[in-house]
Amino acid sequence: MATIFLAIPWGVILILLPLATGMICFLWPKLAKILGVMTTFAIVPSVVGLGWQIASNGVYRYAIGGWSAPLGIELYADGLSLLMLAATALVGFGVSVYSVAYFERAAAVRFWPIWLFLLAALNALFLSADIFNLYVTLELMGLAAVALTALTGSKEALTGAMRYLLATLLGSLSYLFGVALLYLSYGSVDIAILATRVIASPAVWAALGLMGAGLLLKTALFPLHFWLPPAHASAPAPVSALLSALVVKASFYILLRLWLTIFGPLVGGEGVDTLLGLLGAAAVLWGSFQALRQTRLKLLVAYSTVAQVGYLFLAFPLAAAAGVTAWSAAVYLALSHALAKAAMFLVAGNLLRFGGHDRIADLDRVVQRLPLTAGAFALASVSIMGLPPSGGFIGKWLLLEAALAQGRWGLVAVMILGGLLAATYVFKVLGHTFTQADVPHEPNLVPASMEWAALLLALGAVLLGFLASPVLALVGIGDVFSASEVRP
Amino acid sequence: MSTAFLYALVGVGLFCIGLYALIVHAHLLRKILAINVMGSGVFLVLVALANRTENLSPDPVPHAMVITGIVVAISATALALTLMLKVAMETGRAELPDEGRE
Repeated sequence: MATIFLAIPWGVILILLPLATGMICFLWPKLAKILGVMTTFAIVPSVVGLGWQIASNGVYRYAIGGWSAPLGIELYADGLSLLMLAATALVGFGVSVYSVAYFERAAAVRFWPIWLFLLAALNALFLSADIFNLYVTLELMGLAAVALTALTGSKEALTGAMRYLLATLLGSLSYLFGVALLYLSYGSVDIAILATRVIASPAVWAALGLMGAGLLLKTALFPLHFWLPPAHASAPAPVSALLSALVVKASFYILLRLWLTIFGPLVGGEGVDTLLGLLGAAAVLWGSFQALRQTRLKLLVAYSTVAQVGYLFLAFPLAAAAGVTAWSAAVYLALSHALAKAAMFLVAGNLLRFGGHDRIADLDRVVQRLPLTAGAFALASVSIMGLPPSGGFIGKWLLLEAALAQGRWGLVAVMILGGLLAATYVFKVLGHTFTQADVPHEPNLVPASMEWAALLLALGAVLLGFLASPVLALVGIGDVFSASEVRP
Repeated sequence: MSTAFLYALVGVGLFCIGLYALIVHAHLLRKILAINVMGSGVFLVLVALANRTENLSPDPVPHAMVITGIVVAISATALALTLMLKVAMETGRAELPDEGRE
């Protein structure tokens, strides 16, 4: 039994299953809902299967069609890819359960196929081992994400999606230019081969600049975040959850992977990491400050994403001296933010359905009338603020530990201030959930599945705080972090 | 300076012209065209430098990349044009409103 389980090519299933069912959903819209939920559910055991293979055999490799690395396309998964795949599977399933009741029939017919294509693109991205394949999956993901953003067809959604599309295309073209330079200089697109061949040269610096700028634009790091709030705030709630939780993380993952293997060892000490850290610190402060100023819940949550993305980049300047701790912190923050932010956007969707608006000041006795949703928001907030015992706490604690050990007081101050600002903006929302609005309104019914999906995702973000040691052990498979120490 | 290098420089130039046009023009059709010009610049660099060694036959891998890139660019342009038409129908102008930017 175990040998059969280990022999199944789980990595291929993770890509082909959502791709195939996405097409079936497109051709037979009647099947869309049931097939969509079943597919996203089936992804969870597939990731477990892949995890089992990685745990018992080490790093996963699969040569598609029997053509191996330099010529063919190889699938590759180590601990880092596995964690990203797991986050995608969990958030994807939670959001799918939520979406069954959320979308009316006409919108559901369009939502499910595109969401399944997005899922296939995300899984393919996390399983890619060469920079050109990463470009293709990046584009697949971007196009599906833009189509999902425009789903409601409202004026805000369409302009938000258009802005997002232009930003994402510019980002991928810039990335592709970098890929071209690396291939033409070193004759390979395979990350592992490139890592052994690159030397500090003008071509590598140009490639770093182009790929870095493109990926930062897609990750929405300050000051390249202008497209994110309008797109994430105007999309339907489940789509905002997917965009904030997963799509933004995917481009961060590519950046992290390239930095760890190709660029970090080469240019790590030369100021690029400091620059990324500074931009991250600015993002934390600016995003939190903007979140505090918003009067609409979805915009507040979207600006909170800008701030939380900033935390991920604080790991870069700390990694030269404390590689494993800083990178573990970044990955932990990415995971817990994925769960918590998905929950927050789903909560925003519930409140929008409940009251017909998402103006924070006009929330009307939500705690009494939607206790599960209010609870989900509170739990997600615990992780976003970084309070114990949540996943967000572990991530921020590890970062803080690295910063304190190196005497980087500026970064310490930014982290503490960011946490305080986060507490202020979530309590602004929580406070209004207890009070009665000036204009009371008749609430609409919120289906139980939508409340539970949000609550369970938020609970996941908190539970992540108790799983620190197994998760960090998992991330160590493939030894991706220790390879990043600066080469002499 | 070889011919291949000259072509590659033209590619870099196209990329920069496209980027400039993307930033300065407000009309969405011009922005979409600008993105396409940038894409052509990258493709030109790839095709030109595939032939960088004088005597050998050209490297086929960049050609394969360009073909894949063209397929991606066509789909992206199709999506962008559809979205542009929808924006124009909804707002009456094929431009992005300014207040979203900060």
